[in-house]
Amino acid sequence: MEILKYAIYRFGTMLLTLLVVSALVFFIINLPPGDYLSNQIAELRATGQSAGVAKAEFLRQEYALDRPIWEQYLIWVGFWPGPQGFYGLIQGNFGWSFEFDRPVAEIVGDTLWLTVLVNLAAVLFVYAVALPLGVLAAARSRTWVDYTSAFVGYLGLATPNFLLALILFYYGHRWFDLPIGGLMDPAFEGEPMTWAKVKSILLHLIVPTFVIGTSGAAAMMQRLRANLLDELGKPYVETAIAKGMSPPRMLTKYPLRMAFNPFVADIGNLLPAMISGSVLVSVVLGLQTIGPTLLTALKTQDQFLAGFVLMFVALLTLLGTMISDVLLVLLDPRIRYKGRGG
Amino acid sequence: MTTRGEHYIDDAPFDPQASATAPERRDLDAPNWLLIWRKFRRHRLALISGAFLLMCYLALPIAGFLAPYGPNHRHSEHLYAPPQGISLFHDGKFIGPHVYPTTSVANLETFQWEFTPDMSNPQKLRFFCKGDSYHLAGLIPANRHLFCAPEDAPVFLWGADRLGRDIYSRILYGAQLSLTVGLIGITVSFVLGIFFGALAGYFGGGIDWTINRVIEILRSLPELPLWLALSAAVPSNWGPVAVFFIISVILGILDWPGLARSVRSKFLALREEEFVRAAEMMGARPARVIRRHLLPNFMSHLIASATLSIPAMILGETALSYLGLGLRAPAVSWGVMLNDAQNLVNVELYWWTAIPMLPIIVVVLAFNFLGDGLRDSLDPYQD
Repeated sequence: MEILKYAIYRFGTMLLTLLVVSALVFFIINLPPGDYLSNQIAELRATGQSAGVAKAEFLRQEYALDRPIWEQYLIWVGFWPGPQGFYGLIQGNFGWSFEFDRPVAEIVGDTLWLTVLVNLAAVLFVYAVALPLGVLAAARSRTWVDYTSAFVGYLGLATPNFLLALILFYYGHRWFDLPIGGLMDPAFEGEPMTWAKVKSILLHLIVPTFVIGTSGAAAMMQRLRANLLDELGKPYVETAIAKGMSPPRMLTKYPLRMAFNPFVADIGNLLPAMISGSVLVSVVLGLQTIGPTLLTALKTQDQFLAGFVLMFVALLTLLGTMISDVLLVLLDPRIRYKGRGG
Repeated sequence: MTTRGEHYIDDAPFDPQASATAPERRDLDAPNWLLIWRKFRRHRLALISGAFLLMCYLALPIAGFLAPYGPNHRHSEHLYAPPQGISLFHDGKFIGPHVYPTTSVANLETFQWEFTPDMSNPQKLRFFCKGDSYHLAGLIPANRHLFCAPEDAPVFLWGADRLGRDIYSRILYGAQLSLTVGLIGITVSFVLGIFFGALAGYFGGGIDWTINRVIEILRSLPELPLWLALSAAVPSNWGPVAVFFIISVILGILDWPGLARSVRSKFLALREEEFVRAAEMMGARPARVIRRHLLPNFMSHLIASATLSIPAMILGETALSYLGLGLRAPAVSWGVMLNDAQNLVNVELYWWTAIPMLPIIVVVLAFNFLGDGLRDSLDPYQD
């Protein structure tokens, strides 16, 4: 029961954080002077097209862009009646994209779950790579295994993601005939889910997963190695060896469990970095995630679209961190529910 | 030393005071900085990286002297010219450093320029010659260059880009922006981090709670989308210098929470120490206690962690400029240069347009090694 209480508490703090984040996001996307419509009006006036001006003026009122900024914010979130009454983010209205002249929900559509998919794949990749390599590097520390993995890790940290993406794409296509660009075969876009489509998506996922995950895996691996090395120096390990326990069993029975903790806890640091990476890589590789949408929206000052994408990205990270926090409590009985004194 | 019977006996005279006068640990005979240096010297990789970075930063003011061309000098006859080698021997005879002039012919089937060197006509490089004018350290006008192309042929050590600009020269000029972005960013982050961290750690209570929540929120957000959003807000009519400055500040603004958190935890631990109590009793104001008594305790630790976060900023600048939201032409940075290498076809045909990634990787690696070495040698409890 205690765990359920903790989960609810954690969920509550997440909602509060999300509220603060929404204010921050709205403030940032409104930093550039003017808005999409007033820029358009100025442009139309300059070219002498008065017909468009009336429409743009109407839209400005329709989307409450003529009101003070704090009122705009409250309307956007849905705490304040706008021209259509209470109809904002929390009521499920994601806003209108001026650039594409369509509702935001329609534009982001499929890209939302593809974003989740790419990031999930990258997280799984990080664990799948970092766990065995980190353990191996610690168990065989100061041998060539250790040095090689450290070197590869450093290289992964130092290479800009987008360059790695370009290079891997090039060679992946050349040597393994991996598909180039996008997250699925163009033929499958908008089609219902079939096995062929799933296969196509999986094939397209290989390179992006690798690129997004590498730096995270490198950092994770180093941390696991350091933790495990700390544990391996402790007297109980010596005792286990002295009693003749076989090395693999000795390693997995105690030290690994102790070193495992930060592995889960670290997802809070890992996720923001990965989502950053996925935005960049998506732009470079032309994946149908929200990364490219965000970039165009920011460049054209399409504020509701940009705002929604930023909110979604924040939600994704906060959810991931929350889940990892709850998991951590489940995994490790030493962590108390209420912090100090609880 | 002699052995009598089975016992070992030391010949040295016995001095009962020796153990009392000798320092407790052998390494306590030197001032702190010397101890740190001794430890740091043992990290070969960190030492080399440090020397390399020092060299890079010292070369920044004289980039114009080292580069044969100005950053925006175009050679319209040599678009996408491939890298050229400098040879010393011509026809088996030593004639000094020289290049062979190339002539470009448009291939109408592949729509590419093809360059063929004229091997019979070696052109000697000139040294300490006059060329494009530049400003030493941005102040002193000059036009001497370490080396220039011969009169009749341009020289492209690392090839030319799509406008026929020398990539080697542009990398040198680009370093001026790409390498300083990290320094300005880290300064901003340092000031903010220490200020808020100290505030939270020293005063505690409500201030601590508020700052802690802000740190948590900022740390839980992905950096790149926020960087993008902030730099999209930079007006497009600002000059390159203003844009450069604001981009560095943006990079720093999102970096401080990590630093503030470690400052805060150190403060919480040190606040209860006797020397702080003593300083307060003597009537020192909080600002003085923080500055004189608390900060010096872990300044070295902070410097090490700052060194480790500079590469993130260099990579951040590269990513922003690459996506077209950071520095913009005519400013030259490594990210701006890579913007040219954006699509795969380009990189495949003209691989040398991707050369700017090499300095990025090397510098970022060097900062990482240096930071690791510093962290290890600044830690007094580690052997």
